[in-house]
Amino acid sequence: MRGRPNLYTSYEAESQLFPTTTHKVALGLGLLVLVLMPFDLPVINQLPFVRFLGDSIWLRLVNKMLIFTIGALGLHLLSGLAGQLSLGHAFFGGVGASTAVLMGGKASANLWGWGLPMWVWLPAAGMVAALIGIAIAPTAVRVRGLYLGIVTLGLVFIGLHLSRMFPEIAGPGDLGRKWPRMELRLWKEEEPFLDFSRDGHWLWFDASKHQKTYFFLLVIVVLMAWWVANLGRTRTGRALAAIRDRDIAAEIMGVHEYRYKTTAFALSSFYAGVSGALFASFVGQVPPEQWSLRASVTFLAALLIGGMGRVSGVFMGSFFVIMSTRFVEEVVDWAKHQAEADGLFSGFFDFFISRGTGDGGLISVAETAMGYPLPASALDEIIYGVLIIVFLLFEPLGLSGIWMKVRNYWKGWPFSY
Amino acid sequence: MTVLPVVFAANAVDTFVQTFFRGAALGSLYALLALSFVLVFKATQTVNFAQGAMALAGTWFLSMVFIDWEIPGRWLGGPMWLNWVLAVVVAALMTGVLGLVVERFTIRPLIGQPHFTMAMVTLGLEVVIQVVSVDAVFLTPRVLGVPWGADTFRIGGAYVAWSYVAAIGMAAVTFIWAWQFFKTRAGVAMRATAFDQEAALAQGINVGRVFAIAWAAGAAIAALSGIFASMSPWGPAGVASREGAFFVFRALPAVVLGGLDSATGALVGGLIIGFAEVFAGQYLADHANLLGYGYQQVVPYVVMLIGLLIRPYGIFGTKEVRRV
Repeated sequence: MRGRPNLYTSYEAESQLFPTTTHKVALGLGLLVLVLMPFDLPVINQLPFVRFLGDSIWLRLVNKMLIFTIGALGLHLLSGLAGQLSLGHAFFGGVGASTAVLMGGKASANLWGWGLPMWVWLPAAGMVAALIGIAIAPTAVRVRGLYLGIVTLGLVFIGLHLSRMFPEIAGPGDLGRKWPRMELRLWKEEEPFLDFSRDGHWLWFDASKHQKTYFFLLVIVVLMAWWVANLGRTRTGRALAAIRDRDIAAEIMGVHEYRYKTTAFALSSFYAGVSGALFASFVGQVPPEQWSLRASVTFLAALLIGGMGRVSGVFMGSFFVIMSTRFVEEVVDWAKHQAEADGLFSGFFDFFISRGTGDGGLISVAETAMGYPLPASALDEIIYGVLIIVFLLFEPLGLSGIWMKVRNYWKGWPFSY
Repeated sequence: MTVLPVVFAANAVDTFVQTFFRGAALGSLYALLALSFVLVFKATQTVNFAQGAMALAGTWFLSMVFIDWEIPGRWLGGPMWLNWVLAVVVAALMTGVLGLVVERFTIRPLIGQPHFTMAMVTLGLEVVIQVVSVDAVFLTPRVLGVPWGADTFRIGGAYVAWSYVAAIGMAAVTFIWAWQFFKTRAGVAMRATAFDQEAALAQGINVGRVFAIAWAAGAAIAALSGIFASMSPWGPAGVASREGAFFVFRALPAVVLGGLDSATGALVGGLIIGFAEVFAGQYLADHANLLGYGYQQVVPYVVMLIGLLIRPYGIFGTKEVRRV
């Protein structure tokens, strides 16, 4: 129906992922920008917000964000779609990472590793995490609400202990061990035929390792996000949403609660496992403490800041959570320069910035910043703690809720509705 | 929490007595923390994940009050132990006020919202308070000035630390107070609020005030347990840092095992978890190679998982009535 964008004449039309032409064009343009983003191209580097991404430091953060997004998509399946609070998401990430290093890592005197190629260990990381998800489901499905949150919290600590019990897999103590690189081999031969983790040439381009990793991750993220968005439209997705909204009513309608909750756990663990394996491989060497409660809370924070229950929210939240670190650093750095510049507002900035002992201020920019004037890294953690609270208090729908409000305002403009 | 080497007693009986006291003391600490969770849960139907941060803040307050500001020592000049006890009271009150402030600004606006939302807000609070207190005390180890230090006394051949006795006594006093409290007007109001917020409002109960009381009392009790948990046999005898907050996460199994809404459950759950952890640490130490270093710290979670398989709402917890 031309000119009637909200009029649907069939169920298929209503449940389309991208119902309007505008959606499709926006998606196409978005994908185009995403593909061109890592290059220092003459047109792209003029665009606001995008041009800095030719920079390898930023591109590295974007890669980290993409990996994080995979895990957040998994938690979205469990918490956003099926409504189950999980504080144990990091545990499944750790399971995935351990599987990856056990299968793909190099063996040595006190380390285990089978040296298998990536096309084996990456899916296996997801599968093993999913199997463990299914294994704990009998306990997790029986309890609901906050009890479930505490049970899954227990998983994190059990996981940390297991990693201490098997230093042959996770690596010794605080150090961890070398994870297999992101590179494709047919089997155990010397040279990989496709390498995402070293600088080199692709066709006639010079591609840095970050650019290569970016493209590899982009393909995976787009596929996995598309699959999650699609799941919401299937019978399984509707069943999960029914369980989230009112579990007893769902059971009365014939939704097999136990089976669907187990499915949700398995799928979400699969995503977490893949994300964990990729993250460990991306960073190269990860201590077991990485998979702690704080990581789980970060996943939940991303979901809440982005907006619970929407795939677009997962992307916004992940972007926000990962980029905020760098953003806070930039702002503190900028404020420091302002304070030193003797400008009009330098006194104002000097009030916040402490440049060492004796100088008052809230944020320390000194090299060994510990103790009372908080270092910028602590400030970043505080900010996302505060943001969780602020979003829940004032904008429970998160960033995607804000985006929807803005969009609806302009849809009806100049009328109020 | 650091794992201290076990002082070996002469014979099996002495070892048992020693282990028993250690278990009872650790169980009392878990029970105290569990009680603070239960108080908040009874009023707001929410697990307050920020309780660990509150405990940390309470310990930090004690160190500031007693060591830095010498309150009330600078005015009283009396015996040191009296000053210390008063300082503990002051620190607990300060933490209570912190709980009040936090409740007023972050929890009160959420009355009527899903419990999930409130729990997430407390997780956010946990991050904020913990980072502030950890980073503000990080490189300057603070002492608590515990009067009895690491002193022990002997029962037969068994060494018992005074801290154990103090922790058990503290828990006993607090639990007697809690049971009495639930019989007072405010306590009955709290039980009514826990049962049904709207019905309580219709009965003329000030639900906001009930929330405030629960948070303040919960924070104060958390501070007490945090202070005792940082004493010599358990902690570094100073303000516990980030690891100290994990002590609180090991108390969560106690709450869940006992039932989230029962003070008696908190006591029983705390003692079960405490005894399980200490006895496993003592009597399975020969198998430490098999179980892994620090295995006793995982025992609470294992006990919790087994307990939940048998009773999904805890031993004394009320089964949730679910309506369509």
